[in-house]
Amino acid sequence: MIQFLVHEKADNVGVATVDIKSGETAQGLYMDSQEPVEMKALHDIPLGHKIAMGDISTDASVIKYGADIGRVVADIKTGEHVHTHNLKTRRW
Amino acid sequence: MSNPKVMAYRRENGRVGIRNHVVILPLDDLSNSACEKVAHNTKGCKALPHAYGRLQFGEDLELFFRTLIGIGANPNVAAVVVIGIEPEWTNRIVDGIAKTGKPVTGFAIERHGEIKTVERASWKAKEYMHWASELKREECDLSEIWVSVKCGESDTTSGLASNPTVGNALEKLVGMGGTCSFGETSEITGAEMVCKERAATPEVAEQFMATFNKYQEMIDRNKTDDLSGSQPTKGNIAGGLTTIEEKAFGNLQKIGKTINYVGVLDKAEAPTGKGLWYMDTSSAAAEAVTLWAAAGFVAHFFPTGQGNIIGNPIEPVIKLSANPRTVSDMVEHIDYDCSAILKGEMTLDESGDNLLNMLIRTCEGRLTAQEVLGHEEFVLTKLYESA
Repeated sequence: MIQFLVHEKADNVGVATVDIKSGETAQGLYMDSQEPVEMKALHDIPLGHKIAMGDISTDASVIKYGADIGRVVADIKTGEHVHTHNLKTRRW
Repeated sequence: MSNPKVMAYRRENGRVGIRNHVVILPLDDLSNSACEKVAHNTKGCKALPHAYGRLQFGEDLELFFRTLIGIGANPNVAAVVVIGIEPEWTNRIVDGIAKTGKPVTGFAIERHGEIKTVERASWKAKEYMHWASELKREECDLSEIWVSVKCGESDTTSGLASNPTVGNALEKLVGMGGTCSFGETSEITGAEMVCKERAATPEVAEQFMATFNKYQEMIDRNKTDDLSGSQPTKGNIAGGLTTIEEKAFGNLQKIGKTINYVGVLDKAEAPTGKGLWYMDTSSAAAEAVTLWAAAGFVAHFFPTGQGNIIGNPIEPVIKLSANPRTVSDMVEHIDYDCSAILKGEMTLDESGDNLLNMLIRTCEGRLTAQEVLGHEEFVLTKLYESA
């Protein structure tokens, strides 16, 4: 069963399509290549929320749709929950 | 292969509508009461109360007139009774709608009082209802159905599945020679360069950037923080969207991958030809759909993630969602469930076809969830304070 999807290979986050539990090894899919991928979740990732596909350090960009969607404000480890606590807009 | 056909209403000016409303349109806030009384007396017609129409001026007044005239002129409307406090502005609305050739009559309350006005307008509304009720649907081409698109209470499932479904359907409609429109200027923030590249010509790209920059300047002038409490909305954030950039790239999935927009429209401005058009709108759902209805669009695709329940009184809003939770706990609001895409059980191409099938059914009379639930948000866009 697919538990998360990644828009593009270049993305460093995936999106949970079901609620993923902390410690679970979730089954995912790259949408562009249809290539399967696994990721061990370090936090609970609610449906619709993002999971880090790699370590992302402060001030680096989160990449989704192959594009910069904002600035990291607290170091993120692979498998962690990515949301408003560690990612902010570069605009406004 | 020839385009699908639908049974719809061809109006006096050749435009095609999918509903047959008789509208009782107030010029101003003062005339809402009379319009609602006429609609009460005359079953089947529809009053459209709103908050404005007094002491507006300049560009804001022009937008107001364009919106009200556009609503009356929309091909989903068979005939219109306009009621205003005084005759001069009332007649400006009547004359604007009359250019379509459809029946329209105006009534002014001053020098008559409301009771007599309600009586006179009710007689006219009754006459229009009898006339409209005998109009027949005829065979029209699906490409004659103008479709607008806007998402609401988006979440990450919107960007994954429901918005790309709309994009797939739009590619097919534009390919048939259809007329479609997208907008939501503030919600392109972060993806504006990608949107600019989708313009059909360099001139249109520059027009888009000028519109986008003007909106950004308005936000910068009035904002008190980074807007993270408003755009993305609290619902967006609950659904997993974090930043405006993320929302913007998801939003743009609604225009597919292969089509370019042929022009940039001002708010409530009607397109002058076929193809995909960008319209400068707010991202607030009721305001934006009202602007498209005023521009002559007759059906709306509305993908939602967390479950925005918006409707419009004259332009049916077809709602789709890919969020498995929303299509379960808010099922009464959703016309088309595309959550199977997230499970890998349906392709985008199949989903686009399913949405077009729902459009055809809506054209031929299936009421949308919003229509059955009576969601008729009619919200005029106001540019600044009245005088």
